Amino acid sequence: MNTDLLIFFTSGAVAIVATILVITQYNMIHALLYLIVSFLALAVVFYVLGAPFAAALEVIVYAGAIVVLIIFVIMMLNLKKDAEEQEKSWLTPSVWIGPGILCAILMAEILYVLLAGGFEGNATQAVGAREVGRSLYGPYLIAVELSGLLLMAGTIGAYHLGRQRRKVIHRFLEMTDE
Amino acid sequence: MNAVQYLWLVPLLPLLGAVLLIVAGRNMSKPIIASIGAGSVGLSALTVIVIGVAFLSNPDVYEISVWQWIAVGNLTPSIELHLDALSLMFIFVITFVGFLIHLYSVEFMGEDSGYARFFACLNLFVCSMLLLVLAGNLVLLYLGWEGVGLCSYLLIGFWYEDPKNGYAARKAFIITRVGDTAMLIGLFLLFATFNSLDIETILSAAPSRWEQGSSIATVAALLLLGGAAGKSAQLPLQNWLPDAMAGPTPVSALIHAATMVTAGVYLIARMNVLFELSPVAMTTVGVVGAVTLLIAGFSAMTQTDLKRVLAYSTISQIGYMFLALGVGAWSAAIFHFFTHAFFKALLFLGAGAIIEALHHEHNIFRMGGLRKQLPIVFITFLAGAASLAALPLVTSGFYSKDMILWYAWAGEKGSGLLFIAGLVGALVTALYTTRLVIVTFFGYANTRVSKRPGWRMTMPLGVLAVLSVVVGFLEVPHNFWHAQLISGFLGGVLPAAVIDSGIEAYEWALQLLAAVVTLGGIFIGYFVYMATPGLHELVKKKFPTLHQLMYDGWGFDALYTLLFVKPVTWLARASRGDVIDGIYTGIAWVAIAANRAIATTQNGVMRWYVLGIVVGALLIITLGILV
Amino acid sequence: MNAIPIEYGLILAGILFMLGMVSVLIRRNIIFMLISVEIMLNAAGLAFIVAGSKWTQADGQIMFIFILTMAAAEVSVGLALILQIYHQLKTLDTDAANRMKG
Repeated sequence: MNTDLLIFFTSGAVAIVATILVITQYNMIHALLYLIVSFLALAVVFYVLGAPFAAALEVIVYAGAIVVLIIFVIMMLNLKKDAEEQEKSWLTPSVWIGPGILCAILMAEILYVLLAGGFEGNATQAVGAREVGRSLYGPYLIAVELSGLLLMAGTIGAYHLGRQRRKVIHRFLEMTDE
Repeated sequence: MNAVQYLWLVPLLPLLGAVLLIVAGRNMSKPIIASIGAGSVGLSALTVIVIGVAFLSNPDVYEISVWQWIAVGNLTPSIELHLDALSLMFIFVITFVGFLIHLYSVEFMGEDSGYARFFACLNLFVCSMLLLVLAGNLVLLYLGWEGVGLCSYLLIGFWYEDPKNGYAARKAFIITRVGDTAMLIGLFLLFATFNSLDIETILSAAPSRWEQGSSIATVAALLLLGGAAGKSAQLPLQNWLPDAMAGPTPVSALIHAATMVTAGVYLIARMNVLFELSPVAMTTVGVVGAVTLLIAGFSAMTQTDLKRVLAYSTISQIGYMFLALGVGAWSAAIFHFFTHAFFKALLFLGAGAIIEALHHEHNIFRMGGLRKQLPIVFITFLAGAASLAALPLVTSGFYSKDMILWYAWAGEKGSGLLFIAGLVGALVTALYTTRLVIVTFFGYANTRVSKRPGWRMTMPLGVLAVLSVVVGFLEVPHNFWHAQLISGFLGGVLPAAVIDSGIEAYEWALQLLAAVVTLGGIFIGYFVYMATPGLHELVKKKFPTLHQLMYDGWGFDALYTLLFVKPVTWLARASRGDVIDGIYTGIAWVAIAANRAIATTQNGVMRWYVLGIVVGALLIITLGILV
Repeated sequence: MNAIPIEYGLILAGILFMLGMVSVLIRRNIIFMLISVEIMLNAAGLAFIVAGSKWTQADGQIMFIFILTMAAAEVSVGLALILQIYHQLKTLDTDAANRMKG
């Protein structure tokens, strides 16, 4: 067993454990913190698999931007203490059964497909940032432009949808609006 | 010979009367309606007397064909009138008693608004009945059979404004219909075997075609018996007759006492060869008669409505006729029919007079003391009742009933059981008759007489009373002065009854027994109802269920309602929502229900949709792996 | 880089995907559902990286970049919507937003 395989298994295990902890948490912030751990572990996996650029991006964008954004929004929601109790009441053990069975079946099928063969191969050489950059501005240029459009659409949509028009009512006459 | 050629006048005259009254009756005045109605039957009666005289001088079998009616392949019945001793007796009774009853109804129905309709229906009835007994082939007989059924329905429901009368009329019609259908199947069977429905042809060909005791002869005979039992109100089709008393009293007298209910007796007597071929059928006839006479007799003992007592009494007496037919005493049955027609018509007309006089009071326990108030009615009623009870030696009923009992015991086909049934029946008959007379005429007068009957009502009563007494002497047993006018008269048509050898010497013993039984019944009746006041109330209290059972006609009404009426009405009610249409609305309903069922999956809960996506993906992947 | 068998990578991706999917089906809180979807997207990205490293090409990482971009856009729009839902319904329960039923 070489070192790469060892690192792969270790960080893979960390990722899985962290993900399991994510999906069983009652507190949202705790879940998000475990999610960051999972992403970091996955970044290590990417590096071991020979994709250092992807590893960096995983840390920067996924763990550093998306999860942080979610944390900001949660703080904006200004949730009370009862959110955790509510989550606890919703997440009874019996709820796990159905989806557990479905996903177990799916897992079994994936394992069957993978172990049946036809996926021979090993990661041999790392593909560096230079290769990725050349590929992006070469054959995949249009995709880059389109993703730029996508991001702009996302920005405008997020701004518009997130806007809250506050009706100016005297505070004694404030009614809950639908 | 000459006079017999005018036989076709006999049914034609009442038919003309009926047609005239149907067409123009509404515009005629009451006297004219009465003359047409009663007159047509009266003229018919006169014609019968003339023909009868001519026949007696030349007794023979006459066939007069009026015209060819149907000609289809082998089936070629014509309007063929067949006169012999049997049919002569019947048409005499029908027209003569019919005329008396028509005369009676001139006064009885005088106040009624449906006067013309009444006489039209009654005339039509007389015509149909005459066709029935004069028919030379079974198709014409069936025509008459259906005709009398129709007229019976029309007349029972004569006062149609009251729905109870309509119900009684429908009940009568439907129950007799069951019998008619059996008879029709019997006719089909006969036609299939003999290729003709001519009565003479069948009767002469039957012994050679069917062997004695063969099952096909039994089946044919039993089917005809079914028809006869329906029309004559015998077991198991007897429960329409008491309810048929909802019709006017002259109708009850003519149709349901003297004539229509004896059509069954006529049929069996006419087709005697067929019945002789099948001992099983004969035994069935006898047993039917015996059982019916007993249950009807017991029921008559408990009735409180005057006409219902007489109705059950009619069923019982016709049971005697069937009993006689069953043991092979054909002439005895016809003789009993002859006497019964007179005294039963008399009793009904008397009952009608009483009911009219007491202003429509039917319950005998609310009558009483009429002996002083309606003397003529009392005397004539007494004569009729004595004849019914078979008072020894002086009444016609005694002679005819005694003849039946004698043949039941002594006849070749007779049996001890049938004799005992007849004897018990005689006791019961005497009992209920005495009860009727005592409760109605003696004792305290609970209801005052409001109107006395006129001559048109009392004259027929008188004539019939005389006949009830006198007619008996036409046929007197051998150990008296042995008059054999009736059986001699019918000897050419009906086979003579055969007696076991050696019994003849003991005829006097049986006669004594019958006389003692009758007198005993009268005495019991006198004891219970007159000598010991309150005894019958006590007896009724002691046996309430038995009394109720007998009062309800032994539960046949309830049984038939349960077996037939309830399922049919349930079926009708269940099919009220158009079943065929239900198939189409059912398809639409299925579509709508499926829509609603599937619409519940769109419940707006996002987890549900996610689950759907996951399950769908799982299915597709599974399919991909498997295939 | 020494050899790491591809199957292990794909199995890891599969396990992470399953975990994410279970969480999506179970949770009633919208934000947790969003988090679970992120887990699933990440797992898909891992699968792409593994495939790219097998063929020693950049295409796997490029696909991963696009997935990342899309995830970012989706999260921002989704969170804006979540804010609106919370403002309207005063709860984060997805079952409360069921007016499109029937």
